[in-house]
Amino acid sequence: MEKERQILVIFPHPDDEAFGVSGTLALHIQKGTPVTYACLTLGEMGRNLGNPPFATRESLPHIRKVELQNAANSIGIQDLRMLGYRDKTVEFEDPEKLADHMGEIIADVNPSLIITFYPGYSVHPDHDATGAAVVKAVGRLAPEKRPKLHCVAFSKNSLDELGAPDIVNDVTAVSDQKIATIQAHASQTQLMIQNMAEKLKANDPDMIAWVNNERFWTYKF
Amino acid sequence: MELVIVEEVQKELNRLANQDVYIHLETTNGAYATHNDESFFSSGAFIRNALVKYEIGQIKGNGPYRIGLKLNIGWVYAEGITHFEVDDQNRLLMAGHDYQGKLAVAFQISPTPFE
Ligand SMILES: [Zn+2]
Repeated sequence: MEKERQILVIFPHPDDEAFGVSGTLALHIQKGTPVTYACLTLGEMGRNLGNPPFATRESLPHIRKVELQNAANSIGIQDLRMLGYRDKTVEFEDPEKLADHMGEIIADVNPSLIITFYPGYSVHPDHDATGAAVVKAVGRLAPEKRPKLHCVAFSKNSLDELGAPDIVNDVTAVSDQKIATIQAHASQTQLMIQNMAEKLKANDPDMIAWVNNERFWTYKF
Repeated sequence: MELVIVEEVQKELNRLANQDVYIHLETTNGAYATHNDESFFSSGAFIRNALVKYEIGQIKGNGPYRIGLKLNIGWVYAEGITHFEVDDQNRLLMAGHDYQGKLAVAFQISPTPFE
């Protein structure tokens, strides 16, 4: 893994960082690279409210905000920015204004590497819209001024259409930190984490590979 | 949230009748439904802070429950309601959780706008 000067992560939901990139971020932070995480929403529309429910539609964002802060702490992220958009509405924002906002954050943070979702290959409309806004903002920069752009993709057609990811990071060394990050989003991950822990304990090869490898596609303009 | 107690929900619906109230109404099967099962037809609807006044609101059914509000010029309706709560802002929060506990429908009535 190349050492970066400054990383900027842009995702729409608390917990988006946990599954796909928290290991990579922890490794970069170990090497001394500062990381800024800009999270667009508080996941207000999440469907997991506990069973029996411990949260309501109205209390969920407050709970997820604390979880997001805890997750950032377990990765070691110092600069966490919550941008105040609303879950499931990102694609309905004015795309130019959204790209302007992403551009302001990029200018302010001045990253050498940006991590976001690959537009069109990230399943949730908020993921695709966020990735598209970041791509648009970076595309506006002169080619020699553009930071590297690494995208996460997980739609069923991503391998067929994008080819194999050009970056695969082995994050085994920080897997405890990664699991702690997933656990920090307790309201959303409580049920799946049990299943995950059991499979890891049983040395399930698919689960081990899923946790320990983080995959990115470099966006080409 | 606790399981619906019909008399209590009805009392709250009566309390909030005949005044300006703000509605949050949402149905959802989750953004990943089609990703997880390609044969699943994904649908849902969401409205937040619709300002209405209803003349009568009723809870019906044997659980999960149906809630209907008759407006002067129309209707608001939801089904699948299993849980409710009156929160510290006197808002009537109602929700339907599916068999896995996931939210399927939310219907909330408040005298003040939702944030
Ligand atoms: Zn997400």
